[in-house]
Formats: sequence, C-alpha cells, structure tokens
Amino acid sequence: MEVTVLLFAAHRERVGTENTVVSLPDRATVGTLLSELRARGGGWADLPPTPAVAVNRSYATVDSALSDGDEVALIPPVAGG
Amino acid sequence: MIWSDITIDPIDPSTVVGRVGAPEDGAVALFLGTVRNRNEGRPVGGMEYEGYAEMAREQLAAIVAEAAARAGTDRIAAVHRLGELAIGDVSVAIAVSTPHRAEAFDAARYVIEEIKKRLPVWKRERYLDGEAEWLDGQVPAVVVGGGTAGHGDGADSRHLRAGGLGG
Repeated sequence: MEVTVLLFAAHRERVGTENTVVSLPDRATVGTLLSELRARGGGWADLPPTPAVAVNRSYATVDSALSDGDEVALIPPVAGG
Repeated sequence: MIWSDITIDPIDPSTVVGRVGAPEDGAVALFLGTVRNRNEGRPVGGMEYEGYAEMAREQLAAIVAEAAARAGTDRIAAVHRLGELAIGDVSVAIAVSTPHRAEAFDAARYVIEEIKKRLPVWKRERYLDGEAEWLDGQVPAVVVGGGTAGHGDGADSRHLRAGGLGG
C-alpha cells in the first residue's frame, strides 16, 4: 500500500519537506510507518519517537491500521488560540 | 446557529456575535484571542499561524458541537485565523448565547481550552530581534475512535498550510 505523509511546522522544518509518499507492507500500522520514516535518517531520525498522528484527519495511535491511500499527518504539539 | 470556520481573512468580532443570539437569550459571551507584543519578556513583532486546515475545520466543528451540547444551546460560533498576524490582531473569536450567563461563559471557555488541546494549529513568533520560533504546544490527547476517518475531498484539501486556504 501507499500512504501520503504530511508534515507541519517544526516537524516540517526538521525534515525539510512538507509531504512524502511511503510504500508499506500489507497490514501496516502507524507504528510501521513511523519506523519506516525514521529509518530514512537525516531529519527523519530526529522526529520524536512517537509523535501525535492523524489518519485521514482524525487522531490515531501507533496501533492504528493503515490502508492504501491514507493521509497520515505528523502533528507537532498544538498551539492554537 | 452552530457555526465554525478556519480562515485566513481578518476576523470581525461583530460578525461572529451576529451569528448567535435569540429572543430567549439573556446572555452573550464573546471571547477573543489576540496577538500580544511580548512573550516571556521578549518583544514580539508578529505571529505566523500554520494549520492543517481541513483537519482543523473538522476539529473545531466537533469542539463547538460539544460545547453546544454541554450548554444546551444551538447559538454558538467560533472561528480561528491562520497566516501572518500583527500585534493586536484577533486570532480566534468565540461567541455563545444562552438564556443565562453561566452557560455562555462555560461554553466559550470550553471551546478555547479544547482549541488549545487539540486544534492542529501551530504558531511561530517573530521577535523584534529578527529571530522566530515555533511556540511550545500541547501534545494532543488521542481519543481512539473519536471523529470519523474519511478521505479528503480533493487535492486542495491536502494542502494544509495557511496558503492552502487562499481563495
């Protein structure tokens, strides 16, 4: 499957990109994706080990299952208001 | 009406207040968040708000619906702005009307506190000395099963920075 990863604010600046497409094995979870991203090294390795994540615009956990075409956002600590 | 939005346009508080109110209401609470000129003693020149706009829209709508249910009113409006803001600019406006004041205050307070906890928005302060920093935020508490997973409605919805909202 392929998922699109979105990065924002401090995460985006740390990695140096605002989105990327990742190929994952069947039955991958958010945890699988995070491991895959960290293995890319560089700024990816500097992301927090378990950042907050949203899948298709809803907050998710490392155990959340992913599907082909999902939009996965890595959410830095939020600071609205 | 129950109304919420994420915008890059300046917020007019009177317009937000105008979305609430009913003959049976005796109280209207308005909360405004504004950009202040100092943070922890450091002079601030302005603030950049970045957001995951489509998700922020959905989250704000959910927060406002929760507040309305808690207060027992359907007269509540909230809007959060993204983009470059100057000192004194309104970044968020929340208006609630209810028959009595306690529910209106409580609902407005609920909305701003939940925004701080879970709205996917980030801010970078620009200091007068030329530096800029992302402000520390709160790690959103994850409520599994909260909200509906669904796909975006088009390529534009995936572009999430303030610029992605440009009309």
